[in-house]
Amino acid sequence: MTARRSGGRGWALLGLTPFSAYVVLFLAVPTVLALGTGLFDGDGALTLDNLTGLLEPAVLRSFVDLLWLSGLTAVLGAIAGALICFSLLGTREDGWLRTGISAASGVLAQFGGVMLAFAFIALIGIQGLLTQWLLRTFDADIYEGGVWLYQVPGLILPYLYFQIPLMVITFMPAMSGLKPQWAEASATLGGTGAVFWWRIGFPVLAPSFLGSLLLLFANAFSSYGTAAALVSQGAPIVPLQVRAALISETVLGRENMAGALAIGMIVVMVVLMKAYSALQSRAERWMR
Amino acid sequence: MNRVGIEPRAVTRWLILGVIGLLMALPIVAMVEFSLRGAPGEYTLDHWTGILDPENERKYRGLFEGVGNSLLLAVVTVLIVNAMLVPTMVLVALRFPKLQRWLEFVCLIPITVPAIVLVVGLAPVYGVVSRIFGSSIWTLAFAYGITVLPYAYRAVRAAMDAVDIVTLSEAARSLGAGWLTVFFRVLVPNIRRGMLAASVIATAVVLGEFTIASLLNRENLQTSVLLISRSDPYVATIFALLALLFAFALLVIIGRVGAVQPRRSSS
Repeated sequence: MTARRSGGRGWALLGLTPFSAYVVLFLAVPTVLALGTGLFDGDGALTLDNLTGLLEPAVLRSFVDLLWLSGLTAVLGAIAGALICFSLLGTREDGWLRTGISAASGVLAQFGGVMLAFAFIALIGIQGLLTQWLLRTFDADIYEGGVWLYQVPGLILPYLYFQIPLMVITFMPAMSGLKPQWAEASATLGGTGAVFWWRIGFPVLAPSFLGSLLLLFANAFSSYGTAAALVSQGAPIVPLQVRAALISETVLGRENMAGALAIGMIVVMVVLMKAYSALQSRAERWMR
Repeated sequence: MNRVGIEPRAVTRWLILGVIGLLMALPIVAMVEFSLRGAPGEYTLDHWTGILDPENERKYRGLFEGVGNSLLLAVVTVLIVNAMLVPTMVLVALRFPKLQRWLEFVCLIPITVPAIVLVVGLAPVYGVVSRIFGSSIWTLAFAYGITVLPYAYRAVRAAMDAVDIVTLSEAARSLGAGWLTVFFRVLVPNIRRGMLAASVIATAVVLGEFTIASLLNRENLQTSVLLISRSDPYVATIFALLALLFAFALLVIIGRVGAVQPRRSSS
């Protein structure tokens, strides 16, 4: 296969150098630096001081809050997204409904970041459209117990706003992969709709569903822009801790704390992505 | 009604789509409403028309600079994808098929390494970069090329899988074509839809990028919109709406490109 008449192998290898050099300089070096600095102190001596900094109450709290925020929005987003996929079963794949929803999902899944913060301030900010409408019409104040939009609970709705479309994008292929023949076979043997879903549909879709759920989790876990624009005080979730560490150089009296936080995040991400690819290869058995 | 199919009843379908669709539309409606607010209880187009008013030129200069910077970054990132990633993918497919898995592995790493982690290590790297290339904004595209790598790789790979590029290049070579001719006149025309899709996705990602620019203290669309939102939230909201519209247009283009592909390649 690889033996060619001309163009020496040496020259071909040379052709790989620009991309290799690029990836080393801008992916490998930054990643190693980000993780490596967490193991050194300001004078370049090896230390575990930064890593133990991860156990400080404030930092630990930011991990816990980020984990439940990611988990909650991943589960709710996955359920809502899967419902949309289910409702699209039986519609034409090239019809306006499917193409419209998939284009809109593509946009909204990317619509994270700063812009999303404005959208929710306009909707449920103190002067927001919905806040004021509820106040006028029902005399209901959503901020009776304090303004929660600019704290961690305020991130739930904005995060859901990009989680649901992402679920639609990632889960739709699996949902469309359900073969009508399976339903026919089940019906021929006397199975009802409920039996089909319980015995065939859910078990076949389970690995894809869990895989997509993990992807959503990872997505919320690594998201930064929305929180940076919305959260005004403190650093209640890890990415904002990273920002604080980068800006002030020393957090909790430790240098290179950003590196330690990076290690913490990467550990979670690697576990998530490993589990994702394991589930994905299980799911693909049914997608042929 | 005793259906064999697995699809939902029409009532169920429209109930689900209606409820979720309505909830998803609310924030966008709120943004439009917010951008039209004038004096209490009144609506006006002033915030929209004010953007191009020469009187506000100074006020919005930073904002337009941010837009310009993001467009420049999108162009350079698209160049990196097409002039560096695509030739490497072709070379690996033709000459080093055993490296295929490695290339894929490397290209998908940025999914696991989020921007907020990458930026911790990018800060020192950019200290060196700005000493070599100066600190002009386009150098940020080196980092963006990495963040778009997974999307771009998948788009180009899908196009390459649809044609047998090994046979194509062998046929061209045996007819006497040089490597450059093979690449530009045989392979590129066959995978150009993948290259276009990769370019469009890269553009969309670059225009939405905030993390790296913000933490490296560079000015792009997102950072300048956040900055202006403190003094003029209306204009910030308008730009968010425009960006959303622009991204939707780009995605529709991708959709069209993807939809046209199978028909063309079979004819």
